[in-house]
Amino acid sequence: MTVETTPKMSWWNRLAHPGQFVQWTRPLIWPLVALTALLFAAGLYFAFFNSPADYQMGDTVRIMYVHVPTAWLSQFVYGTMAVSALGTLVWRHPMADVSMKAASPLGAAFTAMALFTGSLWGRPTWGTFWEWDGRMTSTLILLFIYLGIVALWRAFDDQLKAARIVAIFTLVGAVNVPIIKFSVDWWSTLHQPASVFTADGPRMPGSILTPLFVMFFAFTFLFITLQLVAMHTEVKRRRVMTLERKAARGDAA
Amino acid sequence: MTGFLSVIRRDLRLAFAGGGDVLTLLLFFIIVGAIVPFAVGPDQELLSRIAPGVVWIAAFLSMLLGLDRLFRPDLEDGTLALYRLADLPLSAVIAAKVIVQWLTSALPLIVASPFLAVILAMDLDTFWRTVLSLLLGTPALAAFGAFGAAVTVAIRRGGLLAPILIAPLCVPVLIFGIGVIAPLGGPSQGNAATLFLAALSLMALALSPFAAALAIAWGEE
Repeated sequence: MTVETTPKMSWWNRLAHPGQFVQWTRPLIWPLVALTALLFAAGLYFAFFNSPADYQMGDTVRIMYVHVPTAWLSQFVYGTMAVSALGTLVWRHPMADVSMKAASPLGAAFTAMALFTGSLWGRPTWGTFWEWDGRMTSTLILLFIYLGIVALWRAFDDQLKAARIVAIFTLVGAVNVPIIKFSVDWWSTLHQPASVFTADGPRMPGSILTPLFVMFFAFTFLFITLQLVAMHTEVKRRRVMTLERKAARGDAA
Repeated sequence: MTGFLSVIRRDLRLAFAGGGDVLTLLLFFIIVGAIVPFAVGPDQELLSRIAPGVVWIAAFLSMLLGLDRLFRPDLEDGTLALYRLADLPLSAVIAAKVIVQWLTSALPLIVASPFLAVILAMDLDTFWRTVLSLLLGTPALAAFGAFGAAVTVAIRRGGLLAPILIAPLCVPVLIFGIGVIAPLGGPSQGNAATLFLAALSLMALALSPFAAALAIAWGEE
């Protein structure tokens, strides 16, 4: 009598198989691309043609529609990396490694974009490209941490070993990010305080808030799309590396 | 405890054997400080204003410079592998190493800081505040540094990477360290910075040995 010995695998465990992951998520990519494009089209139309110029800042206020979403993503992507790091350390989930690696250059890019657009916005409104205020300083430090993580990934040959060490570093860095944020509160700050997510609701008229939210979703979906594509690329890259190693050993692939 | 103390004793003896490393770092610290007047001009007023920052940067750089010697020699001669098999937990070994690192790289700098104070025209009150802030802040630098060294020890050419990884993490230490010396909002703010700096050092000392031990254990696996 034979007993069925294979335990039923949960979707979570099935997802751990890179091939399955790629197979399951590949159909999502084109719809995500389409959705992102649609959101950007709508958001950019609103931002450029269907939103008022600010009574103080004039048309330069439109930089906000790129600046605020990228600044939000600079922190959201780090959150994604920190959760993935937990996935690597606690569950040793193989796709968590891949997600962590895929997110790091994206986070660095969004952070750099937030800094760059902020700098462009700062010149006409504050009269300076750069000011050592709390927000900007902590975002700059965040960029350095991202770049350090990218460098750390590249320094290792063995990607499994790299994943665990980068995961530890990511979590330690995550502990440090709020410290950086709070410590600079003591410095006189030029950057405006929070005005979208406050306890009394948004302190902005709807005509500005709507395009901001559309752009916000557009950038977030841009990240999700790029993240998925980067994860697929990483899975394939690892497969190529394994095949190359096999070929180098002279095995029949 | 005897294991812990013997690790400290061994590393101290190694650090002073030949006297090379400690003296080199000390020289580096002094040279960084002495080069600043050449770069910004010998204006006494300007120098005395920036002196605490210069001392902090010099200390920061020389502590980063000494990171590579923390685990690499032990990795190369196999001692690190033995530590992992020893009864003493790896995190305790690292805590011992952090203490030795502080004794051999931070304490000499603090002892030598009067020299920089004189050539940078620092007044006496600022000097004592600088010494206090270095005493409170450098343990955090040593602890973060040990973590950075542990993260990069598995990489063959990790010597340059550790400072790059660690420098952003050390920014709060610098902010509060300077806050102790030059309180922005009057003396009460200075006290707050002092407490924050002490808290940061204690937190870093308590947590970094465990994070570093994880990094070493998994990097060696």
